[in-house]
Amino acid sequence: MNAQALFTAYSTIVLREIRRFTRIWPQTLLPPAVTMTLYFIIFGNLIGSRIGEMGGFDYMSFIVPGLIMMAVITNSYANVVSSFFSMKFQRSVEELLVSPVPNWVILAGYVTGGMARGLGIGVIVTVLSLAFTQLKIHNLPMVVVTVFLTSALFAVGGFINALLATKFDDVSIVPTFVLTPLTYLGGVFYSIDLLPDFWQGVSMANPILYMVNGFRFGILGVSDVNPFVSLGMILVFIFVLSFIALKLLARGKGIRH
Amino acid sequence: MTNALEIEGLTKTYGSGFEALKGIDLKVTQGDFFALLGPNGAGKSTTLGIVCSLVTKSAGKVSVFGYDIDTHLSAAKMHLGVVPQEFNFNQFEKVFDIVTIQAGYYGIPLKKAAVSAEKYLKKLGLWDKRNTPARMLSGGMKRRLMIARALVHEPKLLILDEPTAGVDIELRRSMWSFLEEMNRQGTTIILTTHYLEEAEALCRNIAIIDHGRIVRNTSKRELLQQLSLETFLLDTEVSLDKTPELEGFTCRLDDEGVLEVDVHKGQALNDVFMQLGQQGIKVISMRTKANRLEELFIRMVESNAPEGESITEGRA
Repeated sequence: MNAQALFTAYSTIVLREIRRFTRIWPQTLLPPAVTMTLYFIIFGNLIGSRIGEMGGFDYMSFIVPGLIMMAVITNSYANVVSSFFSMKFQRSVEELLVSPVPNWVILAGYVTGGMARGLGIGVIVTVLSLAFTQLKIHNLPMVVVTVFLTSALFAVGGFINALLATKFDDVSIVPTFVLTPLTYLGGVFYSIDLLPDFWQGVSMANPILYMVNGFRFGILGVSDVNPFVSLGMILVFIFVLSFIALKLLARGKGIRH
Repeated sequence: MTNALEIEGLTKTYGSGFEALKGIDLKVTQGDFFALLGPNGAGKSTTLGIVCSLVTKSAGKVSVFGYDIDTHLSAAKMHLGVVPQEFNFNQFEKVFDIVTIQAGYYGIPLKKAAVSAEKYLKKLGLWDKRNTPARMLSGGMKRRLMIARALVHEPKLLILDEPTAGVDIELRRSMWSFLEEMNRQGTTIILTTHYLEEAEALCRNIAIIDHGRIVRNTSKRELLQQLSLETFLLDTEVSLDKTPELEGFTCRLDDEGVLEVDVHKGQALNDVFMQLGQQGIKVISMRTKANRLEELFIRMVESNAPEGESITEGRA
């Protein structure tokens, strides 16, 4: 396939993915908007007003970057894992397997589709947050790069999960028992300065902490970790997970007999 | 001329240890209408699955129009269109989208894909359903949708795995004429089917696979010549109440009064009509009783079956 044909194949996958999650918007776009609004009202307004400042900002301003990032992470992941696993389940993945689309284009297409949903939700949550607080962006390139890379990373993670999953339970195990706890413990709602030394050390092993703080640095200018270390870590994870995903695809793991 | 498909020493052992293919050699020439027949579990779908990249082979070589799937997989796939045995499209997508998306996977831009999709959806009688979600289609329509999807990129080799399973007779006949037309226009077609009547009506060459081995690979004509006996059904002008005596032939009356006559190879049918005429019996129509290929197939597969196993009992 020449470059133009490869691009056509790539954009076909991406557009199909976008069409899928917009077609079922009550399942994909509405719930995170409702959930995040509740977070803003309950944690930001009602409880936040009694907490006072965190990291030099009022509590609402402090949690907004974390909540945006949480929405981006969970939706980027969920889109790819549910879409690709459904294709496996319905066997429509065979449409791709019999075609000449190279594995890296399949991965890139699904990851971009996941990013489209994750970043779309990120925009929706950001707009909603403006009803509760004012957002002043400290470093726009940092915001954009961090959110794009984080979204890509979790979309790749969702792809690997979908390849390895053999039943619907496997699709929800990682988001429920790994992603959500790591996100909650990744400094979305608090600064790790509040934790005792030991738990601060443990928190530093949580990759999501780096992403949330990198993004928070871009918006507020404060971070528990060096934002460039955050970017470096995200890039390393993207490289490693993409390598694993391509290896699994080449072996036909979960998709070829 | 390069063969449309060449398979050499193909083997497949599944993770469970089951040896589905035990060294298959097969050649399908360009323009052929080829049938791959065999009982359930014989290895037909595994063979085609390997050609289409849905199954990973254990050993052997496969090339499509000269392109080795190990070294030129993308080029080989460009020449292939696949109609699988089971429905494998997104049930929630619309008919038109399913076909154009497939074209997109082959690098065909949407404008061109839309033209090709319209052509095949019209040919297969699905144009009116183009905006219908696939789940709303009947079984026959779903089968035709898979054929349209397989053809949208104009492949030179079309592989159909049980294309008419569960399709009513009228639709099956119209699908046959469509496939014959495709073949006349130059598309090489390989099909597997359980309807041996289908293979007999459509195909020029036939391979029979059993227990992971090709037990026969020849032309349909040569295969049918092996039949030593054929049974003809004769409808007579007046219903017969007793079986007539025909010298040199075995005959009987079926429950509906139709005369069945067994004719051995070398015997002349004229003798039958002559003897019936002498007895004042007028024949108004005649047809063969059973599918000739089916008889041969059963004989071949049964002779290949391990001791104690019968094709009529089925296989796990």
